Amino acid sequence: MSLLEIHNLHASAAGKEILRGIDLTINPGEVHAVMGPNGAGKSTLSAILTGNPQYEVTQGEILYKGRNLLEMKPEERAWEGLFLSFQYPVEIPGVSMVNFMRTAVNAQREYRGLPALTATEFLRMMREKRAVVQLDNKLANRSVNEGFSGGEKKRNEIFQMAMLEPTLSILDETDSGLDVDALRIVSEGVNRLKSAERSSIVITHYQKLLEYVQPQFVHIVYRGRIVKSGGPELGDRIFAEGFDWVKQEFEG
Amino acid sequence: MNNGPSSEDVLKDLTSSEYKYGFTTDIETDIIPKGLNEDVVRLISAKKQEPDWMLQFRLDAYRYWRQQPVPQWGHVKVDPIDYDNISFYAAPRKKATVGDVDPEIIKTFDKLGIPLHERDMLLGKTSGAELSAVETSSTMAVDAIVDSASQKTTYRDKLAELGIIFCSFGEAVREYPDLVRKYLGKVVPVRDNYYSALNSAVFSDGSFVYIPKGVRCPMELASYFRINSSGTGQFERTLIIADEEAYVSYLEGCTAPMRDENQLHAAVVEIYVHERAEVKYSTVQNWYPGDKLGKGGVYNLVTKRALCAGDFSKVSWTQVETGSAITWKYPSCVLRGDNSQGEFYSVAVTNNYQEADTGTKMIHIGRNTRSRIISKGISAGHSQNSYRGMVKVLPGADGVRNYTQCDSLLLSKTCGAHTFPIMDIQNPTAIIEHEATTSKINEDQLFYCQQRGIKEEDAVSLIVGGYAKEVVQKLPMEFAVEAQKLLSLSIENSVG
Repeated sequence: MSLLEIHNLHASAAGKEILRGIDLTINPGEVHAVMGPNGAGKSTLSAILTGNPQYEVTQGEILYKGRNLLEMKPEERAWEGLFLSFQYPVEIPGVSMVNFMRTAVNAQREYRGLPALTATEFLRMMREKRAVVQLDNKLANRSVNEGFSGGEKKRNEIFQMAMLEPTLSILDETDSGLDVDALRIVSEGVNRLKSAERSSIVITHYQKLLEYVQPQFVHIVYRGRIVKSGGPELGDRIFAEGFDWVKQEFEG
Repeated sequence: MNNGPSSEDVLKDLTSSEYKYGFTTDIETDIIPKGLNEDVVRLISAKKQEPDWMLQFRLDAYRYWRQQPVPQWGHVKVDPIDYDNISFYAAPRKKATVGDVDPEIIKTFDKLGIPLHERDMLLGKTSGAELSAVETSSTMAVDAIVDSASQKTTYRDKLAELGIIFCSFGEAVREYPDLVRKYLGKVVPVRDNYYSALNSAVFSDGSFVYIPKGVRCPMELASYFRINSSGTGQFERTLIIADEEAYVSYLEGCTAPMRDENQLHAAVVEIYVHERAEVKYSTVQNWYPGDKLGKGGVYNLVTKRALCAGDFSKVSWTQVETGSAITWKYPSCVLRGDNSQGEFYSVAVTNNYQEADTGTKMIHIGRNTRSRIISKGISAGHSQNSYRGMVKVLPGADGVRNYTQCDSLLLSKTCGAHTFPIMDIQNPTAIIEHEATTSKINEDQLFYCQQRGIKEEDAVSLIVGGYAKEVVQKLPMEFAVEAQKLLSLSIENSVG
């Protein structure tokens, strides 16, 4: 059974149609890259998958693990292993990362019928996972994303991903704004979480990240549709030639 | 597909969690007939075996009160209070039992998480059905007040070794009449306002604290107020005196059973602070707020004021207000001593049909006096939440500084948040800063939490807790944990 099946998905935000018929299937263990010019609908796709209430599905269906994803609340999707590394991580003043993550991890455990972690167990887990992305201990004790630099915010997203061990992770331009070292750290973090069961969708503009995470499939989104799909060679062509040929082919 | 609870279960769980302290205790109560007149005032005084000067104090207050109109300026809708339908004195009748407190009352306080056994508390032993943060605290002396009468004050002897007096107000009148007479009504005069006059006439009990010169009180002192009887009001009086270079941290907690009627609570708290002394006063107010439709609940109409009489004295008010149908209170600081300091940290939460009109007054009289006001209002449901504050600088007060920050958070479209700041600055050297914000709960923050698997309700309480943190962390540890829990409880199912 495929992990995710998207059929003819149409979606809008603030009354404006953004997705105009997306079809996409993802099987366990696969890494898919999604590319496309700005405003093509890449981030809208990740918002729809995770249930952001500011976006509305107008047509189509999404099956996740065989269930109707669109009927599930955002938190339930998270418990079922769906994770989004946000393009713009949100600051929550006064809420410490420790408290935030403990609430999240224990909510997931409760859903799965597991007992809550004790403080000691939880802190040990934090320590291990922090090492994956070399996230400073000081950051873990600060309020969620508050006063974090751009790179720290992105590393913090991957740290959370490591904590929650998702089945399907969506990285929405996690590489943008990262310097070379941070990009390597983030990519290594992503690669460590790869497995035969876990899949990811990597939304990116840059070649570097794809070199590190090596997707098997590359999709080009343009004007709300996937207009081209292929293997890694498709990504290479985009990096060499840009999107103009796609636009021409599509419109011509 | 999974064994976890469904979203419906979760919702049911949340909606069914109601006011936890709404039970009543079945105890024999000595209750006087309803209504208020001079005879009732005399009867209360007689029941408390008071000296004549105390009776005269009450009668003066009563006569003044009777002539006053009910104040109307608050941004609250108070149904007219029928003073003939309230009993002004109700006290649990003492039974001949082991020790001196009715076991039912000990059970009541156990249930509330307030230990009345000194030894148990030292061991950190939990005695009640619920594990409460208060119980696990190291040491705290408690004055427990049910309806009109103090039941027990713990650690009195230990404190007495240091010269600290911590007892019920009634005992203080009998045992330390000179001290009481010297300070009573000096910070909040009888004629200060309608409710202070009413309180001065009929107050029945409360706590009395005296910290002698140079003594730092080694433990937190706490008063715990519980209204139990129906058809009664609670009118407690608290008087705290910190002599020169003394220090005390004082806590106050309140709960009441759930009743359909509105119950009246009109307290007066006076704090007198001498040179270089410091008093911290913390309140977690959780009177019954009424039901979801606004029926019942406590009217909490309170006058609290501190006088920084001596130079370099300091007072800090911290309050977390989650209960009561109506809250009307302005813990204030009169900064008379040069270089004295006043602080006010407040979180006021209103939900359903609650109304809160709260804030502070900082009156700068002395030179180089400083004040700081941090007020956080959180409104949900159909509630109304107002901040009302005054910063006044008198002509002789050179070098005054004030900082005021006043934030409102709205959780629903049907609630209201209001601010009424008044600044009366009569000295040009004063530096006054005022910041105010009003915000709705941020949908991006909510979604971020939910995407990580945090349920919407928990996300709201996390975000609100973060918003209130600046104030809550001013509370002593034991109270801070309790206050966080209360905040979460009071805003459940409130986003909409």
